[in-house]
Amino acid sequence: MYELAYSRPASLADALALLAEDEGAQAISGGQTLMPVLRARLAMPSRLVDLLKLPELAGIRAVDGGIEIGAATTHADVAASGEVRAVLPALADLAGGIGDPAIRHRGTIGGSIANNDPAACYPSALLALGASITTSQRILAAEDFFTGMFSTALEPGEIVTAVRFPACQRARYIKFRNPASRFALVGAFAAQLPSGTRIAITGGGHGVFRWREAEAHLDSGGTIDAITEDMLDLAHFTGDLHGSAEYRHHIAAVIVRRALTALA
Amino acid sequence: MTDMTLTVNGREHVVTVEDRTLLVHLLRDQLRLTGAHVGCDTSQCGACTVHVDGKAVKSCTMLAVQAQGCEILTIEGLAQGRELHPMQAAFHEHHGLQCGFCTPGMIMMALDIARRHPSPDAATVRAELEGNLCRCTGYHNIVKAVVAGAQRMGEPA
Repeated sequence: MYELAYSRPASLADALALLAEDEGAQAISGGQTLMPVLRARLAMPSRLVDLLKLPELAGIRAVDGGIEIGAATTHADVAASGEVRAVLPALADLAGGIGDPAIRHRGTIGGSIANNDPAACYPSALLALGASITTSQRILAAEDFFTGMFSTALEPGEIVTAVRFPACQRARYIKFRNPASRFALVGAFAAQLPSGTRIAITGGGHGVFRWREAEAHLDSGGTIDAITEDMLDLAHFTGDLHGSAEYRHHIAAVIVRRALTALA
Repeated sequence: MTDMTLTVNGREHVVTVEDRTLLVHLLRDQLRLTGAHVGCDTSQCGACTVHVDGKAVKSCTMLAVQAQGCEILTIEGLAQGRELHPMQAAFHEHHGLQCGFCTPGMIMMALDIARRHPSPDAATVRAELEGNLCRCTGYHNIVKAVVAGAQRMGEPA
């Protein structure tokens, strides 16, 4: 690991100031992606600004029609939260399936979405459910937040402070795990919202996206069984040593049908 | 360099670390607690698992300075003198190890599993051990040991 300095600011304002005054500074939350990246010398920040203990990023709160989760909430805390499970059980299940127990004890929702790994689980839930992301500067719709592989609408020095989800009992996340790494080879989050069916797919390779053709098919009376990969643009998928684009494309349709069947 | 205080196995330590020092290296190289092992360097193997404020974490995946003010429990903190912790005893009895490299991490995770699942079945233990790899592939007896150890921890002493 390269040399770096570490700061644990006491407040969000202090964290923003630290990030603003040093162009090379990098925010760290649970660090379950960033630490391996640093150890592999794939990044060289001058300073880490630790957000994990910031009071402004803590807590899970019931809000009108849904739930708000502080950005520094760990996956384990989301999975174990009775409040989350009551209004959005699919999200508690998703959080309980990220990584492994030790990773879930440190990794956070804010860190996951700010990193926007193309195979991360959380982005699919945010996109399917139409969550909104509160940052140090503004409120963004999930649709506008995720802008491609490892890319978000966050400006330099901007910090995610919370994510707000609508309540939804009819939602399901299914992850097709890489049998070795257990990471999502492909993951699908399906939800029935008052506005219609929403399907988001992660793991394709370019970043999370909605399968609008399948949503429209169902909302116009089509059956789950009739949903096939022929309705899904192959260009959303890339291949690597774990699976070809065609394989991911096929698996995506399979797990979307499973997720939809589970909530039908 | 940062001066920091942390409690390890009930004992307070005041140490000076480079900001980039990993928690596992503070434990192993400065405090000479070499039970937590570095097995993979990619946060996958779990051989470095310790408890930070009561929860199992991978000590290679956090900085030592992030443990400022925290309570750390390592494998060295489990036995009472010569008397093994019930989970250690269960690993001994059920031969839950072959080469032993992964064992400290397995046991620290096993305690975390027992905390969250007081009487876990084998399937739960297998799922919960997802982040702890045994390259000898000795999982069968490890799972038996964790089930038995958790059971014993729940029994009145």
